[in-house]
Amino acid sequence: MGKILQMLEQDIRFREGLTACMNCGICTAICPAAAVFPYDPRQICQIVQSGDETALDKLLCEDDIWYCGQCMSCRTRCPRGNTPGYIITALRRVSILTGKYLNSEQGRKQQRIAQNVGLNLLTNGYCIDADLVHPLAHLEQGPVWEWIYENREQAYEKCGANYKKSGAGALRAMDETTMKEFRSIFDVTGGSDYIKKIAEGE
Amino acid sequence: MNKESKVWKNYQKEIPEDHYFYVRSCIRQTFFPGAEASLLRLLRNDLNRDVFEDARHTCCTGIGYHADIIPLETIMTVMARQFSLMNEGGYSNMLVSCVTSFGLYCEVLDMWEHSPELEAKIREQLFQSTGREFDKPKHVVHGSDLVYRLRDEIKRKNVYQLINKETNQPLRVVEHVGCHYAKIFPHKSVGGAEFPEVLSGMIEAWGGEVIDYPERRHCCGFGFRHYLLQENRGYSIAQTRTKLRSMEPYQPDFILTNCPGCTMFLDRWQYTLAEMEGVTYDQKGRGIPVLSYEELAALLMGFDPWEIGLHMHQVQVEQLLDKIGIRYDPDMKYRAKNGDYMGKPAAPDVLIV
Repeated sequence: MGKILQMLEQDIRFREGLTACMNCGICTAICPAAAVFPYDPRQICQIVQSGDETALDKLLCEDDIWYCGQCMSCRTRCPRGNTPGYIITALRRVSILTGKYLNSEQGRKQQRIAQNVGLNLLTNGYCIDADLVHPLAHLEQGPVWEWIYENREQAYEKCGANYKKSGAGALRAMDETTMKEFRSIFDVTGGSDYIKKIAEGE
Repeated sequence: MNKESKVWKNYQKEIPEDHYFYVRSCIRQTFFPGAEASLLRLLRNDLNRDVFEDARHTCCTGIGYHADIIPLETIMTVMARQFSLMNEGGYSNMLVSCVTSFGLYCEVLDMWEHSPELEAKIREQLFQSTGREFDKPKHVVHGSDLVYRLRDEIKRKNVYQLINKETNQPLRVVEHVGCHYAKIFPHKSVGGAEFPEVLSGMIEAWGGEVIDYPERRHCCGFGFRHYLLQENRGYSIAQTRTKLRSMEPYQPDFILTNCPGCTMFLDRWQYTLAEMEGVTYDQKGRGIPVLSYEELAALLMGFDPWEIGLHMHQVQVEQLLDKIGIRYDPDMKYRAKNGDYMGKPAAPDVLIV
């Protein structure tokens, strides 16, 4: 077994995601990403199932695996019970661990996600932080978001949130002990190193 | 679907009536915090249910996980910590605000069933990092599951119904169920991935008419990394456009959702599409209002629209409130809790507000 396939086999999502693909293509037919990107989950399943190390290496270096939107519609429809979305997640992990993601334009964008969402998480315990959803970077949110953002203290208070304060409630500030436990989980499980590696483009 | 059929009965889940440990959503609390507040107020004060929130619970990290910056073992251990907090509070039922989180809690528990050695490893890692231990939840329930379960009780307390007060006809409602509610684990939903009844059951119980549309099960287009990356948002808007175009011919009175992300995209992308293409998906240029199930339940029970945060929607809701006959004070819409006027959002160029 080749090294890439070995790394994939170590991932439970890979083992659960692919049993036997019969190449019917229903995953591609249902896939929202396939409708807008040059993306074909059926083909990716075929490459993975072939176990061809050269083809796998190429896959890890190209854009294709980064097009999936993780909606998991493929899981519902596959007549063999495969989950191409899981296979994609396992491929992305190996692409990152081997540094091959840096070869593709779509893969390199991971750096910005790690710098943004990863930083939010390790700083305040949330993937999304209202303070960091700046209207200028989110014009699609419309003028209503600009208004919420500019008035967030009062606007959030009006509908029962506990914005940046201690205690329970929406948008609460995490207490110090919680953040210590949270960061410790990231350190022990490899999450901190993983985010750091991606954020630094390694 | 025949409710007596074996297929239907295969896709039903046990939803306890009471005693829940609540975990919030980072998307819902940011964009629609009033929805979470409404659910808790409705359950605790109006339906006299026991729902506990521990301030120490954190984000599930699901958005980071699906955007591939969080390893599987990290998210599993974060979720194990939430289970530990649930145990500490004396609870065994989880009530989950977010559909992404709900799918992931189901997924983590399912993977542990298949791989007990992975569960053992997570137990070790949680103990090593926090000194905590945990028992797994007996039930993982999405907020919409519980409201569906209690829909008849809510109906008995409703001040309003989904009836057009001018025509006395049921309102025409389209629903959108978040992909991760039923597509990953159909057996953990009400009705499975093909016929999820979690939202349509509420609409029918509260007097409305459910309108089918061709792209009813299509994704809203979040796409995780695709929305997070500004230049990839075309993926997201293209999917929402597919849905809106599909529902447009049926002229729905509003869209009902159960996922925080879907609520946000179906609302905000109507503004963006109007700016980009000069179109709206209704006949009056105002767009189709989008409500989450918590907001709808709260509205029909007579909660004030502005206190539950409906002014935080880009597509304005007054057209819907007027149809139902819900009373509201326009002057209070942009007033803070202390009565101060906060100013109002700028008007978009195309979408009428």
